[in-house]
Amino acid sequence: MKVILKVWRQNNAESQGAFETYPVENVSGDMSFFEMMDMLNDQLVLDGKTPIAFDHDCREGICGTCGLFINGRAHGKIRAITTCQLHMRSFEDGETIVVEPWRAKAFPVIKDLIVERTSFDRIMQAGGYVSIKTGGTPDANAIPIAKRNADESMDAASCIGCAACVATCKNSSAMLFVAAKVSQLSLLPQGQPERVERAINMIAAMDEEGFGNCTNTGACEIECPKEISISHIGRLNREFLKASLKG
Amino acid sequence: MLNNKIPSGPLAEKWTHHKFSSKLVNPSNKRKYDIIIVGTGLAGASAAASLAELGYNVQAFSYHESPRRAHSIAAQGGINAAKNYPNDGDSIYRLFYDTIKGGDYRSREANVYRLAEVSNNIIDQCVAQGIPFAREYGGLLDNRSFGGAQVSRTFYARGQTGQQLLLGAYSALVRQMNTGQVKFHPRHEMLDLVMIDGEAKGIVTRNLITGEIQSHSANAVVLATGGYGNAFFLSTNAMASNATAIWRAYKKGAFFANPCITQIHPTCIPVASDHQSKLTLMSESLRNDGRVWVPKKKGDKRHPTEISEDERDYYLERLYPSFGNLVPRDVASRRAKEMCDLGHGVGETGLAVYLDFADAIERMGKDVVVQKYGNLFDMYKQITGENPYEIPMRIYPAVHYTMGGLWVDYNLMSTIPGLYILGEANFSDHGANRLGASALMQGLADGYFILPHTIGDYLSGKLGEAVSIENDAFSKTETDVKNRIDNLLSINGNRTVDDIHKELGLILWENVGMARNKSGLEMAIESIPKLKDEFWKNVKITGTADELNPELEKAGRVADFLELGELMARDALNREESCGGHFREEHQTKENEAKRNDEEFSYVAAWEHKGESLPAELHKEELIFENVELTTRSYK
Repeated sequence: MKVILKVWRQNNAESQGAFETYPVENVSGDMSFFEMMDMLNDQLVLDGKTPIAFDHDCREGICGTCGLFINGRAHGKIRAITTCQLHMRSFEDGETIVVEPWRAKAFPVIKDLIVERTSFDRIMQAGGYVSIKTGGTPDANAIPIAKRNADESMDAASCIGCAACVATCKNSSAMLFVAAKVSQLSLLPQGQPERVERAINMIAAMDEEGFGNCTNTGACEIECPKEISISHIGRLNREFLKASLKG
Repeated sequence: MLNNKIPSGPLAEKWTHHKFSSKLVNPSNKRKYDIIIVGTGLAGASAAASLAELGYNVQAFSYHESPRRAHSIAAQGGINAAKNYPNDGDSIYRLFYDTIKGGDYRSREANVYRLAEVSNNIIDQCVAQGIPFAREYGGLLDNRSFGGAQVSRTFYARGQTGQQLLLGAYSALVRQMNTGQVKFHPRHEMLDLVMIDGEAKGIVTRNLITGEIQSHSANAVVLATGGYGNAFFLSTNAMASNATAIWRAYKKGAFFANPCITQIHPTCIPVASDHQSKLTLMSESLRNDGRVWVPKKKGDKRHPTEISEDERDYYLERLYPSFGNLVPRDVASRRAKEMCDLGHGVGETGLAVYLDFADAIERMGKDVVVQKYGNLFDMYKQITGENPYEIPMRIYPAVHYTMGGLWVDYNLMSTIPGLYILGEANFSDHGANRLGASALMQGLADGYFILPHTIGDYLSGKLGEAVSIENDAFSKTETDVKNRIDNLLSINGNRTVDDIHKELGLILWENVGMARNKSGLEMAIESIPKLKDEFWKNVKITGTADELNPELEKAGRVADFLELGELMARDALNREESCGGHFREEHQTKENEAKRNDEEFSYVAAWEHKGESLPAELHKEELIFENVELTTRSYK
C-alpha cells in the first residue's frame, strides 16, 4: 500500500516549524508505524536529506518514550496502545496521515516530533515516592494489603508517563499523570505517612511547570494507552482537599 | 593475573565476612567523593539512589530523557527471591543451586550464593517503596513458578514487573535528585572512559540535543549500561540499547568476559517481514499455563484448531516429562529451532511453534487467564492481528539477554581500578544461561545491596584525591571522541547505518546464534572485519555533529557492535564445548543435549584488548566448585 505523510518538521526549539509532505510507497500492513517511518528515513538519508527525528525506544508499548499525534489523536485512533504499537494495517491505502508532536506549553519541541518532558520528572521529584532508604525495611509479608487495593493501586501504577493525557487535554493538564502516582500510593499503607505533603507538593509542582487545570472532559482517559481511569483524578481531588484542610 | 577476590571461608559466610573485612568510608567523609553512574535502569538507578543516600555525590547519566525510559521497564514476568512464602521447600541454598545449575556451571559459586542471599532483601525493599506486587485475597504476596525451578519463587506485578521495579528504583532516584545528592544528566551519551594513571576517573559524553562534547570527572565510575543483544540487530532489546559504554571501557583495558554467551529467549513473536525493527517477547510466565506444540506431520499447513490432539506433538512435555514446558530457556529455544529445522514449524515462514492456552482456559476459566496474562494477550493481538484466546499463539526464539559482559571481581570492579560494572553489563552471575526472573534480581542486587558495600573498599584509599577535568587525559579523550565523530560524518557513502547493522545481525544470527559450528564461526570471523571496513568506507550519515542527530548516534553504536561481533565469534570458536546458551554442534549428546567439557572449559574466558591490529588475548579464570557437584543438567 501507499500512504502520504504530512509531518511536522522543526529544526530546534527556537526555530519555526512547518508541515512537509512525503509519499511513502511499498508499505505493508504488518509493518509498525515506526517501521514505515524507518523506511522513509532510510530513503531520506540516501537522498542526502535530514531524516525525521522522533522519540521511540522499546517499541513494545511500555517505556513511554514514543508519542505522536496522528490524524489529531494521541497515539493514533486505536484505543489502549502507544504509537509504537500502531500497525499500518490500521490505515487505508492512499490515506493521508498527519503526524505532529505532543503540543503543550510544558513540552517544548526539541526537534521535529521530539518534545522535552523533563517536567514530568520534576513533578515526581516533588513527592512521587515513599521516603525510605535502602535497607532496614520490614519483611515484605509484614504489610498485608487487601487484594482489591493492591489491584487498584496497580491500575494506577501502570502509567507509562508518555504524556498522551496532556497532549490530548484542551487545557494541557497533567492531572491524570499526577493522579496515577498519588492514587497508587494513597491506596497502600506504605504511602500513608506522606499522604498530605505528597498531594500538595505534586500539585504545586504541576502548576509551576505550566500545565493547565482539569475541567473533567475525560479526554485523557480515552487516549491513555494504559486505560487509566479518571476515577483516579477524583481520588487526587479528595486527597488534595483533605490535605489542604489539614495543611 | 585475574584476582576475583572471592573471600575464603564457608559459602554461606563469605558475604558476611567480606562486608566486615572491607574498608569503610566514614559517614562524614562520603560527601568528599564523586561517583559517576552511567545508565539509570534497574542497576544504575538503584545504585545511584543507594549511594546518594549514603552521602556520596552522584552524577548519573542516561541517553534517555528520563531514568524511567530504561529498558529494564520492559521485563514482564517477575523477580525471584528465596522467601519460601508458598511453603514449597525453597531456601537460599535452593535458589543458589537452581541458578548455578540453570547457568550450566559456568558461574561463580560465591557470586551466585550472594545473589540468592540478598534476593529476600530486594523484595522487602520493593514492597516498602510501594510497588504493587500481586497479592492473594488474604493480603499477602502471591508467587508463580518460572522456568528452571520446581518451586514458586517468582514475585510479579501483572505482566509489568520490570516496569514496577524500575519505577520503584526511579522513585528512590528522583527523591535523591530532589535533595541534590544526585545530579541527573538526561540525553547524555557516554562516548569514552577517561583514565588517569591506569584508573577510571571520568567520562566524556555527548549532549544528544546540542551535540556538545563534555568531560566529567569523579573518584570512581560505575557502568550500568545493559547488554549487547542489539549486536544481532533484531532482538527484544530496545532500539537504543547498545554496547558503546562497555566497549569503550574494554578498549581502555577492561576485560570482556564470555562475550559469546547470549540468551535466545524461546517465547517471542516471530519475524513478520524484512522491515522488522525489533522483536517482542512474550513473557516466559506464559509457559506456566500454555502448552507448546507442533504438528506431528511435517509441513502441515492446516489451521491449528483443525489439528486433532493425537496429531500434535507436545514435544517439551514428551522430551522432558518432569519439567515439561518449564525447561530453561536455552533448552526450550533450541528444541523449537530443531522442530522447525525438521519441517514441523508453523505459520507462513515455518519458523514458529504454537503456544496453546486452550487447556488453560478450560481448566481455569477465561477470566483467570485474562487476569494472569491479559496484557500479554492484548499485545500479541495488536502485533499479529490474531486472537490468542481462540487461536494458539505462534512463537519463535529471539535474542534477549547477554550473559557475557565486562569481567568483574567479587566487588563488581572490572580489571580497571575504580571502574565498576553492574547489571546486565557485567558477566557475573548467570553463567551460560540466565533463568527467568533472575535479571531483575541481579540488577537490583548489584545496585541496592552489593555495590554500596563494596565501593567503599576502593574509595577509602582515595581520601583527599582531587580529580579535575583540567587534567590532560580529559582533553585528549575529548579530542579522540570528536575525531571519531568527524570521521563518521565525513564518509558520506552509499549505505545507511541500519542497512549495515542488519547485515551484521544476519551474520551473527546465522553463525553465532542458537547453534554454532567451527566453519560458521570462522566465516563470521572473516566476514565481520570486512563489513567493518565497508562501514568505515561506505556508511552515509546526514546532518551535523552540533545538533540532535539520531543517525549519528546509531552509527557510533553500530561501529562498536561491528568490533564486538567479531569478539563474540572468536570466543564462541574458542569454547569447544556446549554449555547453556552456547551450543556448539560438534559437542552434543546422542539426545542432542548440550555436552559440556568441564575438564577443559570450566573457566571464564576474559578477553583483553591488545590494540587495533592485534587479536584480543584470552585470560582464563578457573571456576572452582566446592559446594555443588557438576552434573549434566537434566530436566527429564
